[in-house]
Amino acid sequence: MADVFPPDTVRCDACPVLCYIKRGHAGACDRYANIEGQLVRVDPHILLDRAKSQGTPLVPFLEREGDWDGKIMKGQDTFVTAIGAGTTYPDYKPAPFIVSSEIEGVDMVTVVTEGIFSYCGVKLKIDTDRHLGPERKLVRAQGEPVGHVTTAEYGSQMLSLGGVHHLTGGTKSEGRVTCETLLDLCNGKEVELTIEGGATVRAAAGQPPIVNGQREDRMRVGCGSATIGMFAKQWFGKVDDVVVVDDHITGVLSEHQAGKLLGVRETGIAVQGRRSTPGRYFQVAEPGTGWGGTNISDPLTILKPFKAKFAWPHLRLLMVSTTGEQHAYYELDEQLQPVEKELPDGLKESVARIRENCEPALTTVLFMGGAGGSLRAGVTENPVRLTESVKRKLTRVTCGGAPAYIWPGGGITFMVDVTRMPENAFGYVPTPALVAPIEFTLKKDDYALLGGHVNFVRPLLEVLEEKERQRQVGALPQNPWPLKPYAGSSES
Amino acid sequence: MREPALIRMLPDGCRLHLHDGPIDLVVEASGSRETVSIAYEAATRRFVSILDELCAELSLLRSQVTRGSRSPNGTIARCMYAAVLPYCETRFITPMAAVAGSVAEAVLQSMIVAARLERAYVNNGGDIAIHLSPGQSYRIGMVERPDRLSFFGSAEVSADGTVRGIATSGWRGRSFSLGIADAVTVLAGSASAADAAATVIANAVDLPGHTGIIRIPAREICPESDLGDLQVTRSVCPLAGSEIEAALDSGAGIASLLVEEGLIDSAALGLQGQTRVVASAQQTPSFDLMQRSLLHA
Repeated sequence: MADVFPPDTVRCDACPVLCYIKRGHAGACDRYANIEGQLVRVDPHILLDRAKSQGTPLVPFLEREGDWDGKIMKGQDTFVTAIGAGTTYPDYKPAPFIVSSEIEGVDMVTVVTEGIFSYCGVKLKIDTDRHLGPERKLVRAQGEPVGHVTTAEYGSQMLSLGGVHHLTGGTKSEGRVTCETLLDLCNGKEVELTIEGGATVRAAAGQPPIVNGQREDRMRVGCGSATIGMFAKQWFGKVDDVVVVDDHITGVLSEHQAGKLLGVRETGIAVQGRRSTPGRYFQVAEPGTGWGGTNISDPLTILKPFKAKFAWPHLRLLMVSTTGEQHAYYELDEQLQPVEKELPDGLKESVARIRENCEPALTTVLFMGGAGGSLRAGVTENPVRLTESVKRKLTRVTCGGAPAYIWPGGGITFMVDVTRMPENAFGYVPTPALVAPIEFTLKKDDYALLGGHVNFVRPLLEVLEEKERQRQVGALPQNPWPLKPYAGSSES
Repeated sequence: MREPALIRMLPDGCRLHLHDGPIDLVVEASGSRETVSIAYEAATRRFVSILDELCAELSLLRSQVTRGSRSPNGTIARCMYAAVLPYCETRFITPMAAVAGSVAEAVLQSMIVAARLERAYVNNGGDIAIHLSPGQSYRIGMVERPDRLSFFGSAEVSADGTVRGIATSGWRGRSFSLGIADAVTVLAGSASAADAAATVIANAVDLPGHTGIIRIPAREICPESDLGDLQVTRSVCPLAGSEIEAALDSGAGIASLLVEEGLIDSAALGLQGQTRVVASAQQTPSFDLMQRSLLHA
């Protein structure tokens, strides 16, 4: 059927209606359109309203009711974001909106554009002790490689997804799925990722990760050894030995320095794995999604038999994971065999304390992209000057009003926490590449100096007149107000 | 890539917003906190499968309905079919003419089955299904042009009347129109009936052959439109007073027939600032038009 349509008709797959959209027209939803032969989301242009920031949740696109309150906006309390602003690509022409406003007596200019980023990706921090997969292994979505496992950090595993090689360097399907995965993650949606030789993770920005169907609740308070150090005093006298099971470093109270200092009696306990220093063991089991990031579900499997030389009948043993999520209490019988018993009240408290000290486990998503030459050319006729101005902190870079961290070194490579941006701030083009908002705010004088498109600067109040395609949302209270000039020092 | 349905409360904390593909619903129920939350949950559960359900027989829903043509299978699809059936002998019509109202009706139905509500509405982009328990009423503001928010009138819908659905159609709206009405608002016994009737009446507000009206075959704008090669209105030049009257007469004629046949309760037809209300002679119209004074620059 498609062949009877003009060649630049696109088929939208954003919903099962699967509209064929002709060039210059929108689909049935009015939200996706065919612009220059490309499928583009055409949501309204988002303005941040500082007055709305107090406790009002963000209102994203698409409230067709039109509850415009008719308020005349005070210019300095409104920031024009790039969300829905449109892009300059592929032409080297001024950015779609270059807006001037006055704040605290200073004339500021904000250059607003939606960048098309083929060089982009997301850095995922998954708070978990569970072993997600070996470093360097591929991360797949819908069967396609979309990234890889990178370093393990304290209590978390980092994943690196996207990047130009997955977006455009592989098969068409790899690029499409990568783009879709990045888009969903950046827009706060959940994606399912499968790690080669490892776990399946369901991740969404700001939400607890779900590893192999199990929701992560808490981050560990420390490694097994550190946990022994922190809780030794609370255990002393209530139990004869404690093993904190951890894939990284398993701790044993009676051997650990902290236990020795308290005078904990030797129990002769013997733990599998490689002893690092007294009371600290590496590799007690294989990595996995069981106790403390190991593959075990029965903690006794990491213990060797108790010897009569040291151990005694009725010896009390607590085994606990680094998050306190798993725990078991044993007493030795006359044959020195551990028998599981109910956890005594005096120990319940310490297990609860471990849990309490574990922070909520989350998935964090940082979008990382580089502002290429054509994007920078939309800001100034001399793109390198923009880079210099950003590096000298004369120009503030924001994404949908959220602060961006700028990497030192060449170019404008930035990272932004997607949960600090308005909802659904990202779009895509089928190139495939992500469309992300980016705003450059600087003093009007500085803008002229760096060769800015000063003839295209429009006063804020004039831009605000074009209400039809705009929508106002509250600014997030945790973000610095983008129009405020830098106070000299760097910001968070 | 398939975007998942959006389900959220609007910032006022009272209204539920459900969005999936081209469907965009604003839902509000009144009652105790608990019943409202039960109702919203029911609405959401019903909502999430609707788009897939409709798309499963989309090509049939886009086909002309004639006496004896095949009825679709889905609950909502059958409601759409039933709503357009009374019109099929005299004009071209497809079940899509009643899609918005039928969806609103289905979601409302799921809520009132699940919870005992004082009153509730489901607004599907202007096509509204209404539930009223005894003694309750809604007052509804009418907007002529979706791009300009000013009320040109209001309608009162109360429990002792028969109106449970409201729909608006016009060439400025999201769906195509064969006519030139800015907005035709219809009150009827159900949202699906109102939706089909509003489409038919708005199509009839017309000045055939007028050179100041630009029309394009629907297929040229939207390749898969159910209207195929029919000419849909894209722009209307400013019209003389007599022309406006003539176009409104044509639409009002159809509207009167529909009132007589009991298909609708009443209709308000708007064209370039003029409004005509059609209702049965025996009753006081539910519409209340605002007195407007025109300002000349």
